[in-house]
Amino acid sequence: MLLRYIFFRVLMLIPVSISISVVIFMIVHLLPGDPIDNLIRIGSSPGDRALLVTKYGLDQPLFVQYFRWVGAMFQGDFGEAIVLRRPVADLISYNLPFSLSLGAMAFAFSSVVGIILGTISATTRSALVEQFVRGFILMGSTVPGFWLALLMILFFAVQLQIFPVSGAKGWDSLVLPVLTIGFGGVALVARVTRVALMDARREDFVTLLHAKGLSSGTILFRHLIPHAMLPVVTILALRIGWILGGAVTVEFVFGRPGLGSLLIRALGQRDYPVVQGCLLMLALAVMLGTLIGDVAQAAMDPRIREAKT
Amino acid sequence: MLEVKDLAVAFGSIAPLSGVTFSLAKGETLGIVGESGSGKSLTAMSIMGLLPMSDGRVTSGSIVFDGQELTTLNESDYCKLRGGRIGLITQNPMTSLDPLKKIGTQVDAVAILHLGMAKKKARANTVDILHTLRIPEPALICERYPHQMSGGMKQRIVIAMALAADPDLLIADEPTTALDVTVQAQIIRLLDDLVKQRGLALLLITHDMSVVAQTCDRVVVMYAGRAIEQGPVLDIFDNPQHPYTQALVGCIPRDLKDGEKLTSIPGTVPTVLNYPEGCKFHPRCTRAQNICTTVQPELDRNGDSAVACHFAGASI
Repeated sequence: MLLRYIFFRVLMLIPVSISISVVIFMIVHLLPGDPIDNLIRIGSSPGDRALLVTKYGLDQPLFVQYFRWVGAMFQGDFGEAIVLRRPVADLISYNLPFSLSLGAMAFAFSSVVGIILGTISATTRSALVEQFVRGFILMGSTVPGFWLALLMILFFAVQLQIFPVSGAKGWDSLVLPVLTIGFGGVALVARVTRVALMDARREDFVTLLHAKGLSSGTILFRHLIPHAMLPVVTILALRIGWILGGAVTVEFVFGRPGLGSLLIRALGQRDYPVVQGCLLMLALAVMLGTLIGDVAQAAMDPRIREAKT
Repeated sequence: MLEVKDLAVAFGSIAPLSGVTFSLAKGETLGIVGESGSGKSLTAMSIMGLLPMSDGRVTSGSIVFDGQELTTLNESDYCKLRGGRIGLITQNPMTSLDPLKKIGTQVDAVAILHLGMAKKKARANTVDILHTLRIPEPALICERYPHQMSGGMKQRIVIAMALAADPDLLIADEPTTALDVTVQAQIIRLLDDLVKQRGLALLLITHDMSVVAQTCDRVVVMYAGRAIEQGPVLDIFDNPQHPYTQALVGCIPRDLKDGEKLTSIPGTVPTVLNYPEGCKFHPRCTRAQNICTTVQPELDRNGDSAVACHFAGASI
């Protein structure tokens, strides 16, 4: 049943991928500006310019350029960066691991701490603890990442000098970026967990669980938390893609390489192939994230598993 | 087996239940009847010790089950009683089971918890019980999820959970209200058989007088959070003393001719927030006098019967 679900779910990715690639291609090519302007030496003749345009195939009709692009990608060729003059595949494979390590750490941090905090705030009888967690949730959801990043640098890196100010050398350079991205994530996950748990507790079947003689602890861990995890998994899945791409500002403040910084730089230079490659990676991450989330939900909930896809 | 005396429940300053007194012997079926909001379910939840945690609590009176006082019982001892010696069947089978867990697992849990059975033995026990509840292919059903089953089937599963640890008392809170009429009859017959076969005590909460007539030995009539009359089922039906009971019995349609109107009790049940002074029924009562508006009548015992009315009597 689960395998069947996964099969159909993966099948659905095909039309999604096609539309995404078209959209990415169109967006980039409809942007005003031209990478040749950044490339060409001052004083070159229109002839030199035409030569370059032909070299990168920019004189071809758009749909020809699209099919060339897609065709090459199937052979692992993401094109050549026009301004950076290196294969896009190389640029991405250099930057991706930085994004992945940061993303994975931040993801793990925000899920674990968020779920624990959310559970505590939903189950505690102490008004003080509850107020504290709620305050934390409010702060975490509203404080912008780049600002928090600056504060973190000021305090931990400049004042206390525990962690490096910027860069990506060594594990300790990961701590502050992970905390910065994780902070918002923890708040989000905690909030969703809290609401989901309180909703689950109001379900009719909980009365009957008590009537069976189960202790509150057993009911919480065996029944309520599995229920509450359904919406939490959805949120987490959406965040997988978000963390990879949305870490741009944080990567920038901490001066880390990564997909986000690569994308920002390429956008400024109208470096089409790089922008396309990065966007495609991020879209892929979002797609994979949702896929993983959906499959996890199906594994947890028999009703979803059996729903006709 | 079960003695409820002068039970009163409050949520903060609101007191939806007071002066509830009745008793239930082994092998006996006691019906609690009353309109919606009369405190039937609240009575059941007080016995189960499952009043909403936030602020609901028993303010006075006692509930004694098999010599044990329940109102002061601590939570861990209560957990042993619930599901172990007292089984509960709730109103809406569609939402009474955990949708993420297999049927078998949910029923097994009771025997594992209360009888200390190993998983395999608990499953055998579950299959046994499902079989006595006339569920076809019990072993197969155990592997199903709640959403794959009909309402009547789910209610049988709920009954199976209530029975899994072989309890002495079964509390059924409107067990058939959410079911189709045809299934209602099956479930009621099933409960009736269980009581006879296992010598269970059954507390049947319902607003359906015909269900009461079919199954109960004795009846408690509740109105606005109070037990106003009780007695053997035949007495209640043939010779009701309280004006409310008389009106209630009068509402049962019998030998209705074409075009004849159904009778109903004028007015509505007061809500907890506007309970009247004195006898709670006096605004709707045809027999009400001055005293009824000020003095709450006490439950007056007379052998096996009891009635709380200043002008109790057979006259209609």
